Amino acid sequence: MDLNTLWFVLIGVLFTGYFVLEGFDFGVGILLPFLGKTDSERRRIINTIGPVWDGNEVWILTGGGAIFAAFPHWYATLFSGFYLALLLMLLALIVRAVAFEFRSKDRHPTWRTTWDWLIFFGSVVPALLWGVALANLLQGTPIDETKTFTGGFFDLLSPYTLIAGLASLSLFTTHGAIFLNLKSTDPIQARALATTKKVGPVATVLLLLFAVGTYVWTDAFTRVGLNPGLVPLSALGSLLAAGWLIHRERMGWGFVMTALTILFATATLFVSLFPRVMVSSLNPDWSLTVYNASSTPYTLTVMSVVALIFVPIVLAYQAWTYWVFRHRITAETELEY
Amino acid sequence: MDALTLARWQFGITTVYHFFFVPLTLGLVWVLAVFQTIWYVTGDETWKRLTKFWGKLFLINFALGVATGIVQEFQFGMNWAEYSRFVGDVFGAPLAIEALLAFFLESTFLGIWIFGWDKLPKKAHLASIWLVAIGSNISALWILIANSFMQQPMGYALRGGRAEMESFWALVSNPHVFVQFPHVITAAMATAAFFMLGISAWHLARAKDDETRDAFGRSFRFAAVYGLVATVAVTVVGHGQAQYMTGVQPMKMAAAEALWETADPAPMSLFTWGDEVERKDVFAIKVPGLLSFLAHNRFSGEVEGIRELQAEYEARYGPGDYVPPVKWTYWTFRAMVGAGMVMLLLAAWATWASLKDRLGTSPYLLALLVPAIALPYIANSTGWIFTEIGRAPWIVFGLMRLDQGVSIAVTAGEVLFSLLAFTLVYAALIVADVYLLRKYARAGLKPPEPAEPALTTAAAEA
Repeated sequence: MDLNTLWFVLIGVLFTGYFVLEGFDFGVGILLPFLGKTDSERRRIINTIGPVWDGNEVWILTGGGAIFAAFPHWYATLFSGFYLALLLMLLALIVRAVAFEFRSKDRHPTWRTTWDWLIFFGSVVPALLWGVALANLLQGTPIDETKTFTGGFFDLLSPYTLIAGLASLSLFTTHGAIFLNLKSTDPIQARALATTKKVGPVATVLLLLFAVGTYVWTDAFTRVGLNPGLVPLSALGSLLAAGWLIHRERMGWGFVMTALTILFATATLFVSLFPRVMVSSLNPDWSLTVYNASSTPYTLTVMSVVALIFVPIVLAYQAWTYWVFRHRITAETELEY
Repeated sequence: MDALTLARWQFGITTVYHFFFVPLTLGLVWVLAVFQTIWYVTGDETWKRLTKFWGKLFLINFALGVATGIVQEFQFGMNWAEYSRFVGDVFGAPLAIEALLAFFLESTFLGIWIFGWDKLPKKAHLASIWLVAIGSNISALWILIANSFMQQPMGYALRGGRAEMESFWALVSNPHVFVQFPHVITAAMATAAFFMLGISAWHLARAKDDETRDAFGRSFRFAAVYGLVATVAVTVVGHGQAQYMTGVQPMKMAAAEALWETADPAPMSLFTWGDEVERKDVFAIKVPGLLSFLAHNRFSGEVEGIRELQAEYEARYGPGDYVPPVKWTYWTFRAMVGAGMVMLLLAAWATWASLKDRLGTSPYLLALLVPAIALPYIANSTGWIFTEIGRAPWIVFGLMRLDQGVSIAVTAGEVLFSLLAFTLVYAALIVADVYLLRKYARAGLKPPEPAEPALTTAAAEA
């Protein structure tokens, strides 16, 4: 494996980690106004993700930094091209981050309700837009021979990308509902279970539609043939397993399966892209690839050494955090901080 | 306005705004770590309550620093795509390293610190705040390594129309880092010190009970010494930085002084109203020889002027206007230095009053320190505006101009829209931020906690 491929894989890993982790805290944020009936319940719901959401978010900041460092043209074309969509996502993430910290710092009901809905907005928008964004990378966007995006905001919206957006939204919501079920006690726990059973099937249908759409609207079919290979099949398998486990109310394993679904679905997208990083809809030769968009071998080597040392350390202490906060949040847990 | 001007405004507004919050984070986190350590060692509950009091204010501030920091990671690609293509091979690395080494560390362990008071052994919990302190300050180091490349490019070669990294070591050991990083860090410490002094002074002036007097007296005395050390350091380091910059970016320093023509000995301007088109003074008050002294540590010696540098740059880089907007550089530089000087005096006064145990009998000092909270914010913001605008017309000094770096794919309308969106959202958020900071600063310390906090957690079955 050359360094360009290694960095493509690493960025894929960062995105996957981000979606698996922040996926459930997006889901919890989306469900917050609906499953928390009282102020104390809402506080408990937030506390299920309180210690970890910020660490989860760093995965995408690192992903963005890694794209900049390893594939500057990808960074430049993607973020200047998907300009308004990214703006919307950034605004959502900004108000979300502030809302988590601010909502409990004043007792006025209007204050708290406002921030709760901002948490909802700040979770629902990125959960939807990430699907749209990744599907656009694969389906192709107007990119000219100078690696410049020539389209506008509405070029990013197509049936395929919208299905992808709804699929990521519903999958993250399901993932979050299961997480909430595992981390709370009744009545929140019961409501989260009911929600999982309602949203889960919707997510399953949308993901299957997305899989079909990938065959119809992208070049995945011509590239890989009828047999999609191990990664997409694993995504399908874990998706169906998740449905069955949720039905049996084996929520711990259900969570593992939605995590695997997110993992394999993201991996499928990256595998289908490779070696391209952004497909040009104008001319296949104008697509950005891991070779024509990349940094020099020297920079990639330096970055590889840094990643090799620090990624394991980060993984270790993040895992430790989850261990420290593994307990359920109950009505008696100290809520204010 | 064109896309370039709008993009510059957007970068300026979002970055200065982000830097309202960063210095307090960088400076105050050390205080939390020290206070909590004292509590850990002595067992004196007041230190724990103080840690929690300042910690609450720290967290309100930190939230906005993190939130607005997200934009920083992406906006180079959004508005400055051509810049990103040009420097990505060099500039992307420190940014990615910052995220991997620093962002993970500070956000993960801050989560542990906030929620872990009763879940972790005291020692592990104490370690978490020290890790947050280290993480956030490492973050400052890497972003300044990146900025230093824009100020004084090092460790690169121009190939295939872009800057490519030649030596990672040259990039990170850029001498510019060693003047800029200490300046930023000590400025951050001074910011935290004045924040604490102002709030402590407010409480001391109103204290009706010994408990409040004791607690905020401790904060005040700590902050006074912290503030004095930091403001002395930021001044000394800043002076060294200015001398260094006179060699690296003489145009920026000439523009800081509105020095139109090379002079030996060079006078320092106290007040200049200049004509930027004709490049001459309209009205000015100057101290003879002082600028030579500041530049060379003696009252003679040449300091290059704007006109001569313009001619020099035209010869080196081709025709063009290489003079930054002098009104901006001149006044922001004076605002930064002026605010710093007032801080130096106030910190000395506060330390003297602390040592002489005269806090109870210094009503003027206590009254002055409350509005003085604004001083470091003025100095921090104008300092960055000065150093970034003073680099104009360059985005990377000597290598790429601002107009070459702006995104091609983004229209002026899109930039205007995002500029308005960021400004409106940021304006709303700062109202909420100031409201909460005021509320919790005035509320004072929480009553002591019960010895055995009622806490139950059920083990997760899954």
